[in-house]
Amino acid sequence: MALLQISEPGASAEPHRHRLAIGIDLGTTNSLVATIRNGLAVCLPDEEGRALLPSIVRYRADGGIEVGRRAVAQQAVDPRNTIVSVKRFMGRGIRDVTHIEAMPYIFEDTPGMLRLRTVQGSKSPVEVSAEILRVLRARAEVSLGGELIGAVITVPAYFDDAQRQATRDAARLAGLEVLRLLNEPTAAAVAYGLDNAAEGVYAVYDLGGGTFDLSILRLTHGVFEVLATNGDAALGGDDFDHRLFCWILDRARIAPLSIEDASHLQMKARATKELLTTCDEVPIKLKLDSGEEIDVLITRAEFAEMTRPLVHKTLGLTRRALRDAGLAVSEIKGVVMVGGATRMPHVQRAVAEFFGQEPLINLDPDKVVALGAAMQANALAGNHGANDDWLLLDVIPLSLGLETMGGLVEKIIPRNSTLPVARAQDFTTFRDGQGAMAFHVVQGERELVADCRSLARFELRGIPPMAAGAARIRVTFQVDADGLLSVSAREASSGVEASVKVQPSYGLSDDEIADMLKAGIERAGDDMAARALNEQRVEAERLIEATLRALASDGALLDAKERAAIDSAIDALRALCAGADTRALGVGIAALARATDEFAARRMDRAIRGALAGHKIEEI
Amino acid sequence: MDLTVDFFTLFRLPRTFRIDLAELDARYLEIQSQVHPDRHVRAGEGERRLSMQWAARANEAYLTLKKPLERARYLLSLAGRDPEIERNTIMEPEFLMEQMEWREAVQEARQGGDHHELERLHHRLRLDLKKHHAELASLLDDRQDYAAAAGLARRLMFLEKLLAEIDKTLAELEDGMDN
Ligand SMILES: Nc1ncnc2c1ncn2[C@@H]1O[C@H](COP(=O)(O)OP(=O)(O)OP(=O)(O)O)[C@@H](O)[C@H]1O
Ligand SMILES: [Mg+2]
Repeated sequence: MALLQISEPGASAEPHRHRLAIGIDLGTTNSLVATIRNGLAVCLPDEEGRALLPSIVRYRADGGIEVGRRAVAQQAVDPRNTIVSVKRFMGRGIRDVTHIEAMPYIFEDTPGMLRLRTVQGSKSPVEVSAEILRVLRARAEVSLGGELIGAVITVPAYFDDAQRQATRDAARLAGLEVLRLLNEPTAAAVAYGLDNAAEGVYAVYDLGGGTFDLSILRLTHGVFEVLATNGDAALGGDDFDHRLFCWILDRARIAPLSIEDASHLQMKARATKELLTTCDEVPIKLKLDSGEEIDVLITRAEFAEMTRPLVHKTLGLTRRALRDAGLAVSEIKGVVMVGGATRMPHVQRAVAEFFGQEPLINLDPDKVVALGAAMQANALAGNHGANDDWLLLDVIPLSLGLETMGGLVEKIIPRNSTLPVARAQDFTTFRDGQGAMAFHVVQGERELVADCRSLARFELRGIPPMAAGAARIRVTFQVDADGLLSVSAREASSGVEASVKVQPSYGLSDDEIADMLKAGIERAGDDMAARALNEQRVEAERLIEATLRALASDGALLDAKERAAIDSAIDALRALCAGADTRALGVGIAALARATDEFAARRMDRAIRGALAGHKIEEI
Repeated sequence: MDLTVDFFTLFRLPRTFRIDLAELDARYLEIQSQVHPDRHVRAGEGERRLSMQWAARANEAYLTLKKPLERARYLLSLAGRDPEIERNTIMEPEFLMEQMEWREAVQEARQGGDHHELERLHHRLRLDLKKHHAELASLLDDRQDYAAAAGLARRLMFLEKLLAEIDKTLAELEDGMDN
C-alpha cells in the first residue's frame, strides 16, 4: 500500500494523542454511534447495552423531550407529538412527502422546509433530528470520557443538496463539529472492504427504513472509488409498512381511523412485516379504540406480491447505476447488503436473481454504516493506524444546473462527478445596458426546471452598462467533499461578484441556526458568550497545531523572514488564547491563516511533486 | 506547479492520444492521495481551500484524459483547434444517413417500449464509438492531421449525444414501469 503513504513526518514528532472522533448513522428508523477503540470499530451502546437508538422524538406537554425507546412506547398514545421517521422531512416541503395524508402530524407549509406543530410549538425537522444527535453525542461523551473533536455523519447517497445541508445544520445544532458528511453505502463499503481486504468492483444495496441507495464502487489498494450511485430518498421499509397497512384496512373493511388507531395499526404493520421474515404466515389481531376489531391472516407470499413493485423499483435504479458506471452485471464481484429492510427474504431473492449471485449478508446490516463512519472519522481526526492509509473518492448523486430561457435546465455538473468538483460556465446579457442578472440553481436529471429541485436563487447586480452580449459573466459551481454546493458569479470586465452558499430556499440560514443554538443553550442554562469563546479557542488551537505540524515537516520551504512572520503570528494567537476576547481571537485566527497562505501553497506544490517523483516529465 | 498547468503535465504523461490508462489511474491516485480534502481536514482555512481546488482540478484532469473523446478534444484545444467550432467541416452524407438510421431505430424502440432493444442499441453504439477511437489515435498521433481529427471528434460528439438520449429514454421507460 506504499501508494497511499502520505508523508506527515510532523505527526510523529508530536506526542501521540488519540483524538476522540465518532461516526453517526442518523437513520430514518434507527440511529447509531460508533468509534474506534483499541484499533477496532465498535458501536457504543446505551446503559442497557443496546446500540440501536430508535429515531423517535416525543415533545411532552410538560416541556420534556423523550428520544428513543421511551418515545416508542408513546407512539400510539400521543402520535401527534411523537415524531417518527423525521429524516423523510429533512430539506423537504409538504408537497415532496409521500403518504403525508396518512401521518398524524400537523404540518406547517413554511417556505423551503416544512415544519411540525407540536405541543412545544413549531419544530423544524432539523431541530427534531438534532435531538437524536444530542442523545448520541452524550452517549459517546460519557462512554469515551472526553471531549469529541468531531463526527462523521452519514447521509443517503441519493440525498440532494437541501437534505445534506439540513443534516449538517442538525449536527451543528447538536453541538457536533462535522468532520465530513459520508454517504451511507460508501460507509458500508469502507467497513466491509477494510475488514475483508476486498478488491474489485462491488455493489452496495442499501434498503433502510426510509431510503434506498445503490452504489457501485471499485476497491483497489486501499482506494474506495465510487463509480456511480443511484437511489430514491423516499423508498424504504416504511413503504412496505404502508402497503401492508393499506392491505389490512382493505381486508378488514375498516373505515378511516383516528390518528391514535392509525398509529397503532402502523406499528402493527411494521411488526407483521418483520415477523414475515421468519414466519410463513402471521395473524394480525388488533382491537381499535373505535371498538372495531381487526382479525386477518397474511402469508409471506401475499406480502411479497403486494410489495413487488417496490422491489422492482429498486432493481430499475440498480440497472441505471450499472449503466452509468458502464458495467455489466457480470462484472460485479460482490453485492453488499445494508439496511434492516434487506432482511426480507423476497428482497434478498430478487437481488440474488438480478446479480446472478448470492448477496453478502455476513455483516450486520444495522451496524455496518455506523462502523464505516467511525473508521473514516478516525482517519480524518488524524489517528493514523496501520489500516488508515486509505482514500475515499465519492460522487455527487444528482446533476446540478441553472435555469435558462423557457424554463429549461442547463446542466453545469453532471451526476456521478467525482468530488470535489468545480465547473464554470459563461453567460452574457441579452439586453443593452442590462445591469443585473438573476440565477436559479436547480438539482435533478429532468430537462424542465419545474421537474427539478430548486436549490437557490440569487442575483448579480452592478453590471456596468454594456451592449447586449458584451458582458461576460462566469458562474462557478463548486461542490465540496461533503457534497455541498456553493455558487458564485463574476462579471469579467468589471469584477463585480455575487455568491451564495446554497441554502436560502431550503435549509436554514446562519442566523436561524444561531437563534436556535442560542435558545437551546439558554434552555440548558449555559452561557452563550462562554461557549462562543470556547469555540474560538478550539479553532485557534487547531490552527496553531496544524501550523506547527506543517513547520516541522516543511519548514525548509521558508526563508528566515517568512518563518519569523509565521512564528510571530503563532505567538500572537497563543497570547490571545490565554485571554478572553472572542473577537480578538477571531482576528488572530484570520491573521495566522493569512500568514500561512503562501506556505500552504508551497507545501501543496511540494506534495504533488513528491507524489510524482521518479516519473520524468516527458514534455512541457 | 500551479493550478493552470495542463493536464498532461500534471500527470507527467506524454501529450498524445494513446496513453497508458493504468499509468493515468496510478498518477491520479498518487496526486489525489496528497491533495484530497480528507488529507487536510485539520489544516488551516487556506490550506483546506487549496486542497479542494487541487483535488477538483485533479478530478477534472483525470476525467478529461480518461475519456477518449474528451482527451481528443483536449489535445485539439491544446493545438488551437476546437471541434465545436469546426462548423465548416462538412458532414459526409454517409454519416448523416447513419445518424438518421440510428435515430429511427431508437425512436421505434422507444415507441414500442422495447427495453431490450434500447439496451442493445446502447451497447452497439458504444462499440461503434470504440472503433472510431482507433481512428482518432492514428489521426492525432501518427499523422498529426488535426483538421481531420477535429471533424471526426465532432461526429463522435453526435454519437455521444445519441448515447445520452438512449440512456434517458431507458430511464424514462423504467420510470414508467414503476408507476
Ligand atoms: N427482520 C426484519 N424483517 C423485515 N424488515 C426489517 C427487519 N428488521 C428491520 N426491518 C426493517 O428495516 C427498517 C429499518 O432499517 P434500518 O435500521 O437499516 O433503517 P435506517 O438506517 O433507520 O433507515 P435509512 O437508512 O433509510 O435512513 C425498518 O423498516 C424495519 O421495519
Ligand atoms: Mg440506514
